[in-house]
Amino acid sequence: MEKVVFKRPKYMKKAPFHYCPGCGHSIIHRLMAEVIEELGIGEKTIGVPPAGCAVLAYDYFDIDMGEAPHGRGAALATGVKRILPDRIVFSYQGDGDIAAIGTAETIHAANRGENITVIFVNNSCYGMTGGQMAPTTLLGQNSTTTPGGRDKDRDGAPIDLSEMLAITRGAVYIERTAVNSIKNIRKTKKAITKAFKVQMAGLGFSLIEILSPCPTNWKMSPVDACKWIDEDVMQTFPLKVIKDETG
Amino acid sequence: MDKKLLMRGSQVIGETAIRAGCRFYAGYPITPQNELPEFMSGAMADLEDGTFIQAESELAAINMVLGASMAGARAMTSSSSPGISLKQEGISFLAASELPAVIVNTMRGGPGLGNIAPSQGDYFQATRGGGHGDYRTIVLAPAHGQELADLTEKAFEYADRYRTPVMILADGMMGQMMEPVVLPDPINLAELPPKPWVLDGADGRPGRLIKSLILNTMEMEEHNWKLARKYEIISREIAAAETYMTEDARFVVIAYGTAARIAKGGIKRAREMGLKVGLLRPVTLYPFPERVIREMSRSVKDFLVFEMNTGQMLDDVKLSLEGRSTVHFYGRPGGVVSTPDEIAKVISSLYYRQHLEED
Amino acid sequence: MTTKTKKGRIVIDSKLCKGCYFCMSVCPNELIVISTESNEKGYYPARFTETKDEKDRKCTGCAMCAVICPDIAIEVYRG
Repeated sequence: MEKVVFKRPKYMKKAPFHYCPGCGHSIIHRLMAEVIEELGIGEKTIGVPPAGCAVLAYDYFDIDMGEAPHGRGAALATGVKRILPDRIVFSYQGDGDIAAIGTAETIHAANRGENITVIFVNNSCYGMTGGQMAPTTLLGQNSTTTPGGRDKDRDGAPIDLSEMLAITRGAVYIERTAVNSIKNIRKTKKAITKAFKVQMAGLGFSLIEILSPCPTNWKMSPVDACKWIDEDVMQTFPLKVIKDETG
Repeated sequence: MDKKLLMRGSQVIGETAIRAGCRFYAGYPITPQNELPEFMSGAMADLEDGTFIQAESELAAINMVLGASMAGARAMTSSSSPGISLKQEGISFLAASELPAVIVNTMRGGPGLGNIAPSQGDYFQATRGGGHGDYRTIVLAPAHGQELADLTEKAFEYADRYRTPVMILADGMMGQMMEPVVLPDPINLAELPPKPWVLDGADGRPGRLIKSLILNTMEMEEHNWKLARKYEIISREIAAAETYMTEDARFVVIAYGTAARIAKGGIKRAREMGLKVGLLRPVTLYPFPERVIREMSRSVKDFLVFEMNTGQMLDDVKLSLEGRSTVHFYGRPGGVVSTPDEIAKVISSLYYRQHLEED
Repeated sequence: MTTKTKKGRIVIDSKLCKGCYFCMSVCPNELIVISTESNEKGYYPARFTETKDEKDRKCTGCAMCAVICPDIAIEVYRG
């Protein structure tokens, strides 16, 4: 008797993704939808999509979604969660959104220990606007605003937002993962599951930073983009549990 | 309960907000309105279901309000001029996403950091939407303690009814002054009309979406017109103005808020001198009570716009009159507070210059 | 005693596939190839080379292709 062992998760609408070939966003969307289904929280989860490529996340998740202005995901999610403390609230943000224009909102939400989960997608560039330098762009990495590659003296060095957040007292669980290989995708799903569980247990702020390929703006094939994450991106942003105070 | 209480203006706003069902407040300290967040911190702590957050920034505060509003709460934030500029991003998103919220602007002198004295320099910003894009914000302009209560109550009602941000445009003078007020009875939150658009988890229904991104130009245009039609309805339904001694007036002062209050004193003095002078005070600045002004132009050929700025509402008065009468202007920007005597002098000099004393 | 290895099968939705070929890069038995015909969007979708009735099928239904597929274009069956 043949069984279906892999299919579209319940909370992911059957809509074709608008993302470029090989983009990590939709892998992350799917993992989140799987976790939401497995934890049985689809009917009480409220998502906050960002400005950026993932703004259209609301077209794919079959749950309540409220769009945030650029960078304000953590503040908006705070407002939702404080009014509905028994719901599960997540904010989904890119690197420019969370680590440049929304740094203040993110740090203070973490520091207050807001009981929300943040999914931070790090693809080391501004994807939607066409590949400009992001706060996470690697030194030497080309972008449309760093001719000749990002230069520390001229452009500043990449920012370790997750590590910065870890020193806030309200942050409970912070992990950096990637979606560039089967192994890393499985680890990412585990990390997302743990982050949601932290929130369900009311422990405080959780954040998963996910290294994600952007083949279009990196000007690489999707397979090469995944290799580049292994070989280069992880040198700057090593995969690890950055903070775990879940006891 | 119509017991008169002696209360400071900022407390009146805060206490009325709570009675009107406000259960979420987020704000950032800025003078001259700190008494309001201070009051809200205590009042929310006394409520089982109240939330007060001292936000890290004005931007964070308005976006927390955006979130609380999406989740169905009656939510409020407050600030003063420079802080309101920072909130404009969120106000534009509230308007675009059709979300209710109340924003209190206790205006101070500007532009820039300006000063902390009472001013009316934010009229344009408030009545023209303030943030980016094609939208308006309902703007209510209280002039005294009792009206702070009445209009705060109305602000929450209008915000929910029209699903749009409402601004209470006050100034430091109103916030500080202690006056006797009768507060409204607390509402029963359970009796408010349901909000079928709220994000509270897709339990037994499809997922809901609140957003402002509309990439399709035809759909965006339709959304713009939808908002415009809503503003037309708002204009028809809530435009309000107070008139004072206008029945036989040959000369009418148009002023709002604190300026109107000072003007009233000036008009009393002018009346004592035998001048037929009245006051028209817009209570809603958006929608602007243009019909009342236009109708008054049948009998009044001289208007004096008095503002605590260099002439902003002046534009709306001229647009309302469409050239039917002469419009004079007297302005004291920068946080300078005129006296009734000063206004009486301005009135009388214009009155005689225009030969209005002759029948 | 014989161990009966379970057979697997995948179905690729060629309309959803954008031709990133992640699936090809992870298939342990190299059972996925690039299609010679493009789909509606102009991508050359991935194509699974085994058929249901084939003898000696190699696909185990490990689902790695589906796990890495960014477009949820792959369904996996086993048994």
